[in-house]
Amino acid sequence: MSSEIKQRGSLELTLRRLLADRAGLVAMLFIIALVAAAIGADGIAALTGHGPTAQFLDVGLTPTGLPVPPSGEFLFGTDQLGRDVLVRLAHGARISLSIGVVASLLAAMIGVTIGLVAGYFGGWVDVVLGRLMDLVMSIPVLLCMLSLVAVFGPSLPLSLSVIVFFSWTTMGRVIRGQVLSLKEREFVLASRSMGAGHLSIMFTDILPNLGAPIIIYTTMMVPTSIIFEATLSFLGLGIVPPAPSWGGMLAEAANNSIYMFAWWLVLFPGLALLFTTLSFNILGDALRDALDPASMRNKLQKKKKKPSVGTAS
Amino acid sequence: MIRFIASRIGFAALVLVMLSGFVFTLFFVAPGDPARIVAGERATEAQVAQVRENLGLDRPIIEQYFSFVGRSLSGDLGYSYRNQQPVLELIKNRMPATISLCVGAVVLWLLMGIPIGIMSARRPGSLVDRLGQGFVLIGVSFPSFVLGMAALYFLYFVPRQAGFTLFPPGGFRPFLPNPGLWAWHLMLPWFTLALTSAAIYARLTRGQLLEVLGEDYIRTARAKGLSERKVVYKHGVRSIFSPLTTQLGADIAALLGGALVTEQVFGLQGIGSLAVQSVQTQDRPVIIGVVMLAGFFIVIANLIVDFLYILLDPRIRT
Amino acid sequence: MTVLSVRNLNIDLPSGDGHVHAARDVSFDVEAEELFGIAGESGSGKSVLSQAIMGLLPGAIISGEILFEGRNLLDLPPREMQRLRGNRIAMISQDPLSGLHPFYTVGAQITEAIRTHRKVSEAEALQEAVDILGRVGIHDPDKRVHDYPHQFSGGMRQRVMIAMAIVLRPALLIADEPTTALDVTVQAQIISLLNQMRRELGTAIIMVTHDLELLSSIADHAMVMYAGNRMELGPGEAVLTAPAHPYTLGLLRSSPNHESRGALPSIPGQPPSLLIEQKACAFAPRCAAAMDICHKERPPLRNFADGTRSLCWLEDKASNTAAALPAIPEEPPAVAQSSDIVVKVSDVRLTYGGRSLFGKSINLDVLKGVSLELPRGKTLGIVGESGCGKSTLARIIAGLLPPTSGDVTIEGQSVLGLERHDWVEMRKRVQMVFQDPFGSLNPRRRVGSIIGDPFRIQKVAHGAARKNKVRELMEIVGLNPEHYNRFPSEFSGGQRQRIGIARALALNPSIIIFDEPVSALDVSIQAQILNLIARLQRELGLSYLFISHDLAVVRHVSSEILVMKAGQVVERGETEALYHHPQHPYTRELLAAADPHYRKSGGGLADPQSSGATP
Repeated sequence: MSSEIKQRGSLELTLRRLLADRAGLVAMLFIIALVAAAIGADGIAALTGHGPTAQFLDVGLTPTGLPVPPSGEFLFGTDQLGRDVLVRLAHGARISLSIGVVASLLAAMIGVTIGLVAGYFGGWVDVVLGRLMDLVMSIPVLLCMLSLVAVFGPSLPLSLSVIVFFSWTTMGRVIRGQVLSLKEREFVLASRSMGAGHLSIMFTDILPNLGAPIIIYTTMMVPTSIIFEATLSFLGLGIVPPAPSWGGMLAEAANNSIYMFAWWLVLFPGLALLFTTLSFNILGDALRDALDPASMRNKLQKKKKKPSVGTAS
Repeated sequence: MIRFIASRIGFAALVLVMLSGFVFTLFFVAPGDPARIVAGERATEAQVAQVRENLGLDRPIIEQYFSFVGRSLSGDLGYSYRNQQPVLELIKNRMPATISLCVGAVVLWLLMGIPIGIMSARRPGSLVDRLGQGFVLIGVSFPSFVLGMAALYFLYFVPRQAGFTLFPPGGFRPFLPNPGLWAWHLMLPWFTLALTSAAIYARLTRGQLLEVLGEDYIRTARAKGLSERKVVYKHGVRSIFSPLTTQLGADIAALLGGALVTEQVFGLQGIGSLAVQSVQTQDRPVIIGVVMLAGFFIVIANLIVDFLYILLDPRIRT
Repeated sequence: MTVLSVRNLNIDLPSGDGHVHAARDVSFDVEAEELFGIAGESGSGKSVLSQAIMGLLPGAIISGEILFEGRNLLDLPPREMQRLRGNRIAMISQDPLSGLHPFYTVGAQITEAIRTHRKVSEAEALQEAVDILGRVGIHDPDKRVHDYPHQFSGGMRQRVMIAMAIVLRPALLIADEPTTALDVTVQAQIISLLNQMRRELGTAIIMVTHDLELLSSIADHAMVMYAGNRMELGPGEAVLTAPAHPYTLGLLRSSPNHESRGALPSIPGQPPSLLIEQKACAFAPRCAAAMDICHKERPPLRNFADGTRSLCWLEDKASNTAAALPAIPEEPPAVAQSSDIVVKVSDVRLTYGGRSLFGKSINLDVLKGVSLELPRGKTLGIVGESGCGKSTLARIIAGLLPPTSGDVTIEGQSVLGLERHDWVEMRKRVQMVFQDPFGSLNPRRRVGSIIGDPFRIQKVAHGAARKNKVRELMEIVGLNPEHYNRFPSEFSGGQRQRIGIARALALNPSIIIFDEPVSALDVSIQAQILNLIARLQRELGLSYLFISHDLAVVRHVSSEILVMKAGQVVERGETEALYHHPQHPYTRELLAAADPHYRKSGGGLADPQSSGATP
């Protein structure tokens, strides 16, 4: 019995389990380093003496006008305009991280609220909200973004709103499903029979049981949002140049296939993007394993354990 | 069942109405004077008025909307600002590339994702499973345009530097007369577009199959003396078709976005790159046409998926 | 002839927390055509045992021998084992709802079983499937063979499962809780069908169940398991009438079937964790007759004259040992009772209206005019099978669900049409205790706050006062108040039910509605909870509405009983009168189904009662 007890609730054990996951630990360290780089981006710029949008037409370009490869002066090389890739990368991290985190948090809030309301009240409320989620999911996101940009022009708030608008549905669905089964549990009926109101039931009875999926899916939404933003910038629909963003840097590298001859233009932003999304995904997996030990990964163990109901009486 | 079908068709209609409403509002109602935009910067007031009348912009909004929908449904998507070609014509020319890309990618991701998921689920925790999980992780983390650029660099550029051509740099070749050339040109785009979804399907397949394999009816199948292969494939995999179909329906909208990015990376002259170019040139009729057409495709594809779903699950059918 | 012979079987299941010792040195023989019963509470290892015989325990560490028709199954290569499964050894599982594949017709599933082991054409196999479906009591088998499982009712599905299991005439059929998921009257039909089939086909049956009485009344031999040990093994009749092991005795005595009134002699405590290697008698900590040696050494196997064997240090049968009897708790005198009516339900109806797609209105009558009265300090039992509307009635009385028509008054005040404020006030008078001890407590909240919930919601007693009240309540229901800060998952099923009862007591309600409060509990724990419920009534003068599908339990606690069927009260009466002189045929059917001796004779219940199709 003892082991089953502690799997629930105890923050300490969750943390311990999380720290025991080596991949998760590495991912967390990478994320911390990235956050540090994003915060210290100006510091990096000052240290190298290269501003994020400063063009070093003399030292940053070869005599034929091509970007220079990584060197002592430019650790990650320069781009086609002679700008320092490293400095731009650090500044780009700000955009990626802030969009990723802010969009995920906003989307999570919307998703949890709508999922909770839909699942809890059921009936026509659920039908309407469920259909709304279906609707949002069957809209071609990029094409909508394209139309919006065609009318309003690209901007950061527009990107953010579109990302949020199209990513809350996953959370909404997960939460709705969980609430649907939670509200059928007898402890909800028990609270109701004692006279608890809807808000009290939603917040004291149901919400605390949603902690694990909320944390896990919010974490998983971060890399999706980051990729989303990078893709928008790559297509020229997101961050407006010359402000540095990873997607934009990759777009410039892809322009005229310049990266074929200046590999560092793709390698560094590409890897930064890949490692960031990878880290958040690994962290998400690790969180799921730590918070929700009965999930897929442990399915086998659970199956074997099933006959041993030794603790229940 | 009739109810189910009716509700799905109703929903499809709703999607179309919403999408057309969105596009209509965005381009005809919201900012500025569309007649001025259509007539061009240097047009005189009289010309603008003429355009306004031609486009029916002086009539009530609701009426305008219905005539817009009516025209769209009859295939009249207007003319491109840039070269005065009919939008439908432009889209038709771009269609083969996009359809080839999408269909091929869907087939590829199903062929990659489902088997990987099944192999993972058959032996959870094994080396095969861990490799599968690794594939999933990389797949969902790799932005497709980065993958595409990497593929071009390593599979086209590097070999070419070494003096031989492994894959072409991009571009689209029609299916006929040379299907081999067509497939060769699409190989990298297919893979680029399919990887993320393959990973998602592998994850979904694994999760669903693991759950199904813990069901009582699987134990019944084993107790019948069926071989493990039959247990997994006939009884287990059969049960995960329905959730996979649902996922496929949800992915169709995302597929078009993925195609857009992929076309951009590989310079495929498809609908997606047409849309991106149109945004750059402010060619609004083309954007509207592409969005409406995409919406129509999504709706049709979703309906097909719904019918598939009914076919697959006797509990809905009977 | 011995079909199956299990010798010194040990089963260890590796788990995240260490090895679960699911079976310890278990031996038994099953003769041809006999019905061999394995009984035990949850966690006793009975289901693991049956899966081990089927070879369906991947990853388990098994030692000993399982000899089937002379071959040791544990040594057989997987392919050989696969050839035996379904063909010579068949299995039916507990839940017919999930035991059949939802996407294949029952015909396809049966013919698959046939064609896996025999080279016959599809048409021949289908004919066999039709034949066997007819034999297990499916009407129109040639039509229904093409139906999907969801088109059958629960009982009919279990018949299909049986058909699929016996179609190849196996030498051994393992039935793992074959009737637990079914209604009482359907249970009796399935049991008699199994009995009939084994005689007709010459199949030996191993029946695994938690219902010892059912088992020993029909089984030729019965084995009682506890914490992975074979406690007792003997002829069914002998185990039932003269149990040799104190555990068997305790189980039988704690069942409400035997003591119709008064406190039940319950077995104290809980089963041990199977993660710990047992060195002494596993039952010793709970045994009334435990001696010093019981706590130190593994007990020997005793043989008795009537063929019973018992794993116990007692030299005589437990039924002959005075000390082995579980203690009957003392009964304090009841508080004085007045006889006013606490709850009055008059002609309550509930109809779910609906309209089909073609405009035809379809009304589902859940309750068709139910009336009842509950006097103060008494218990009114409501008994009926699933879907009879008893839980719906409970929710209406509790004010959680408005009826279509009729009235419910509690202490003279109607619970219907109340303003929000009055409704909340009314909550103080009616409390509910639910069935599922896992579902009725919020897993994320501490026990102290769960029991304190009524105070929080009703805004009475704050801070330290609330905490003291909660501790007091915990003490009243027999929980350690020190466990105030624990989570529900740290408690056993029985303790959780105590928590639920404490919560219901918090506001001194006029009436407590128990909705199947013990049906998820094992017999030995059930007795503890029933005793607690009875004690609280006597001490606090509470009025109860007690809802259950189990007639024996209802009879034990109630002064008056209401029998419900399909939304109607078919019979009501004083408990003993109703029990001994049932008037309505349905009551007689329920009584018959609940009576093990009636089941054994199998008379009159073999025919399915309905065509069994679900609309």
